[in-house]
Amino acid sequence: MSELVINQQGQSTWALAWRRFLKHKLAVISGCYLIFVCALSAAAPIFEFLRGIDANQANLFSRFALPSFDAWLGLDELGRDVFTRLLYGGQVSLLVGLVTALVAALFGTVIGLIAGYRGGWVDAILMRLTDSVISLPLLPLLIVLAAIDLNKSGLPDAIIQSENISLYRIIFIVAVVGWTTVARLVRGAALSLRERDFVLAAKVQGASAFRIMSVHILPNLISPIIVATTLSIGNIILLESVLSFLGLGIQPPVASWGNLLTNAQELIFNAPWLAFYPGIAIFVTVIAFNFLGDGLQDALDPKAEN
Amino acid sequence: MSRYLADRLLQSFVVLALMSFVVFWLMGLMPGDPIDLMISADPKLTSDDAIRLRQLHGLDRPISERYANWLGGAINGDLGFSRLHAKPVLTVLWPALGNTVLLLGISFIVSVLIALPAGIYAAIRQYSGPDYLINLAAFAGISIPSFWLALLLITLFSVILGVLPASGTETIGGLSSLWDKAKFLVLPIATLTIASIGSHTRFVRAAVIETMRQDYIRTARAKGASETRVVLHHALRNALIPVVTIIALDFGYLFSGALIVETIFAYPGMGKLIFDAIMGNDFNLAMIAFLFATILTLAGNLFADIAYGWLDPRISMGASEGSSGE
Repeated sequence: MSELVINQQGQSTWALAWRRFLKHKLAVISGCYLIFVCALSAAAPIFEFLRGIDANQANLFSRFALPSFDAWLGLDELGRDVFTRLLYGGQVSLLVGLVTALVAALFGTVIGLIAGYRGGWVDAILMRLTDSVISLPLLPLLIVLAAIDLNKSGLPDAIIQSENISLYRIIFIVAVVGWTTVARLVRGAALSLRERDFVLAAKVQGASAFRIMSVHILPNLISPIIVATTLSIGNIILLESVLSFLGLGIQPPVASWGNLLTNAQELIFNAPWLAFYPGIAIFVTVIAFNFLGDGLQDALDPKAEN
Repeated sequence: MSRYLADRLLQSFVVLALMSFVVFWLMGLMPGDPIDLMISADPKLTSDDAIRLRQLHGLDRPISERYANWLGGAINGDLGFSRLHAKPVLTVLWPALGNTVLLLGISFIVSVLIALPAGIYAAIRQYSGPDYLINLAAFAGISIPSFWLALLLITLFSVILGVLPASGTETIGGLSSLWDKAKFLVLPIATLTIASIGSHTRFVRAAVIETMRQDYIRTARAKGASETRVVLHHALRNALIPVVTIIALDFGYLFSGALIVETIFAYPGMGKLIFDAIMGNDFNLAMIAFLFATILTLAGNLFADIAYGWLDPRISMGASEGSSGE
């Protein structure tokens, strides 16, 4: 009987949050858009197959072709299909955004939990570290990290030679600087939660520190972590795009929304429209993640004012 | 207060020292070391010469020794020579710093001048039509990729309308006038302003909303103070405290924006300097420019902390933690 009651309460909390979320129309629209754009990007090979084209196939006789029935958004400076390349770019940019946000959130959660739960000098050191990372000039640091020669870094060759090395590298370097928000958030909450009765009860029962952190404290922090992670995705996509635009992120021939714009500045007199599509894709996707995060915040954490 | 300040200064100094080592180490991992560059400049060099050169310049020494060497020189004022510019590093750095301060300063002032009234208006008319619109615009400003915005502005004002120059600082060969230089600043400043105005507006709005909920606002209203007086006299002064802090903390973000904008508009500031130095294997310049950027952001953070304590007497400066402005 008691289990049933708890279950109903559990459902109604999430159901309540869901209802609050649905009221936030922009967030709902954004969520639908993001599902749509993920599905569309994932379907890039299907589009290629159905229309019998190859996204990397150059065709120098029809450079800068205007949109037509065959090429929905026209062809680029090498005569490649813009629409299909945009979808492949979307795969990479969305993947980088989601995976990096998750890695950074995981890292931040671990650091924040340890700092907040342990307190004392561990907390002092970890928070000094967090403050220090926040106070670094972000973009110059990322550029240095993106420019180093991996052959000199001592990493195994198997990783360096990998086809997706620029993908792994950008996920790694953005995650290295991106964990601070979640770490601070989790640390602050863990600091107050550890004084609560249910944590003391668990402690008295002899639960290990790991168990208290993972079973008793972490579940209470899920909502703010989800919100902060969602809000960080947009920022990460922006960072990836600017690094790739500068030629330091995702390397061609792998397309990303950022590196599709690398040549845009030189081509601005010939084909300004080529600069339009990847940019608008980044813009709309980032704003959608921000609206989604905002809506999730209202729904999951109604007390917090953003 | 002074103990706290000393503590924070010490921390900033430690961060700077650590960063100088980390960046020195990372620079060593960059493609193309100085000897490779000498070899490419002089094809007659043999591999024996390369080894001797390496020894001569101490490049075969361990990283810690090389760093100590560099640090010793740097402390004595020997910051080295820029390879790209063929000038001492500081000679290259100062004008770039001045240009960036000009660019960031104007964008910052314009952004705050627009964000303040917009944020306050949105806050006191919360959930109204204008609030909704301001919020939407702020979200758009936060979400727009600044390099793309720069490209759009160039397309519109330089390519289509042809009224503003697309890059540089003055018309080459033209008469050097203030008006001419100002025209070159318009698009970079517009890009940076639009890129930072969204977050500034949201900070102001959130702070004013939070303040308007306080008891002393109700007291002021109960006293019969006019709404204008309540907002301007009672709410705004308190709301500005977190705003000052967050905006100062935002400085590093603004600097990142400057790097993008300067690179696209070929504006000779610190950001473009750092980018070109890193890409052009100009290690001396990259190193010092990066450390300058770090000092700037650290100073911004320090300023934020001090301003917070100074503006808000409730904040105890003795506390070793919780000094974040969240």
